[in-house]
Amino acid sequence: MRLRFIFGEVFSGLRRNGTMALSVVLVTFVSLTFVGAAALTQMQVDKLKGDWYDKVEVSVFLCPDNSSKIQCASGRATTAQENAIKAVLDDGAVAPLVETVEYESRDEMIENLHARDTNNQFSALTADDGQASFRVKLTDPTQFEVVADAIQGLDGVEEVQDQREIFSGLFSLLNAATLVAAGLAAIMLLAAVLLITTTIRLSALSRRRETNIMRMVGASRGLIQLPFMLEGAVAATLGALMAITGLWFSVRYLVEDWLSQSVTFVDYIGGADVLIVGPWLLVVAIGLAIVASLATLGRYTRA
Amino acid sequence: MIRLDNISKVYARGARPALDDISVEIERGDFVFLVGSSGSGKSTFLKLILREERPTSGEVHVAGRDLNRLSSWRVPRLRREIGAVFQDFRLLPNKTVFDNVAFALEVIGKKRHHIQSMVPETLELVGLAGKEKRFPHELSGGEQQRVAIARAVVNHPPILLCDEPTGNLDPGTSIGIMRLLDRINRTGTTVLMATHDDEIVDQMRKRVIELKGGQLIRDQDRGVYGVEQS
Repeated sequence: MRLRFIFGEVFSGLRRNGTMALSVVLVTFVSLTFVGAAALTQMQVDKLKGDWYDKVEVSVFLCPDNSSKIQCASGRATTAQENAIKAVLDDGAVAPLVETVEYESRDEMIENLHARDTNNQFSALTADDGQASFRVKLTDPTQFEVVADAIQGLDGVEEVQDQREIFSGLFSLLNAATLVAAGLAAIMLLAAVLLITTTIRLSALSRRRETNIMRMVGASRGLIQLPFMLEGAVAATLGALMAITGLWFSVRYLVEDWLSQSVTFVDYIGGADVLIVGPWLLVVAIGLAIVASLATLGRYTRA
Repeated sequence: MIRLDNISKVYARGARPALDDISVEIERGDFVFLVGSSGSGKSTFLKLILREERPTSGEVHVAGRDLNRLSSWRVPRLRREIGAVFQDFRLLPNKTVFDNVAFALEVIGKKRHHIQSMVPETLELVGLAGKEKRFPHELSGGEQQRVAIARAVVNHPPILLCDEPTGNLDPGTSIGIMRLLDRINRTGTTVLMATHDDEIVDQMRKRVIELKGGQLIRDQDRGVYGVEQS
């Protein structure tokens, strides 16, 4: 009896306040789309980091002939210097941080360059123009500074380069995008709370006659307030479902079908990731409705 | 059944008290008129019993409960023991007579079969048998008030509060309503009725409590509206 009563009230309330309910649905839809987009962007960033940081290396460039750097004033790195550097990487204090060390000689560097150089732009270069280097793979890429500090000052080292720096531009762009989406989401969420509050208030005022009678005949406060809370929650949940659907289609068609075809060297988020974000969006939507209800109902349906 | 001990109620700090040190006891099965001009404190008196308001000082006991100590989540239980009828009927215009009365049972969680048997029985009692499917706007004022009374008593509350129940009705219709309230009182329900209607009070010859400016100036068995001459 009570359940039937509550759902009857919720339904008639939504129908009576149709336009308000629709605006709640739309505002939650837009705000949660931004929340979801921010979350998915961060998931993409994490995925790229996990993916690329596995592949990135620290390059220790050794002094070539005719370097302009002060630390290479004494000329090309000698074999003794190279061995000293390798010893530090293999057996020194930083050895636990080092996973593998590969040596690329000047000849190999130029050979590799020629192999990639299909237009023969660099065909004039010979081994004398090359530069030997160590390619160091770290067990933990974030420990770059420690390794760099240990190697930097050694004789024969021209430069230590962290390949992660190449990606930092992209990541700061994605992080900025996340911040923008999160900022918009915050504003839209506020708008959603205010709108749900107004909707509940209007609904409560338009049904004051009913609620006064309910109070008078001894209906519990929960029964009086629940329909209004559910009304907000149902509208917000609809908005959340629309946001999830929208995000899913965006990821499905924009990322999975289009982006991953055109830019193939990265790993992308997929529909499955939307399904991870989805439940949280629902939680946020219902949370919004509860916050808005608590802020309103105490005043409009007193016991 | 209802006991007020040294009740005072001040709405705004410094204002004249709406009720000033009132003590009244109403026994189970009593029929009591509460009279006095507008602003004498009648409405506050009724609101204290319904716990719509709380006294500034003093104690209110209703149906065995100390209302000062009643936590707010128990207030609905208290209200289920008090039927209330008002001057303006307060019916739901979009519900039929039957549904208006059933509403009071639905919202306190009564079972369907219970409602199906209690509502017709109560409508019979108030003299509205056969009008279950009418809407409030299709009824006369007196009939609408009967619906309101049916709604108030359908759950058999031990107390019935009436706030000017005949205020909107012509004298003939009012007499019918009073007969009905008297009949309900004879079944054991305590009835407390606030009114301006001197004719009714004079006719019924019930206990009269008179308030003036928030003070109790008369509590008389088998009284009349105005203070008796001589």
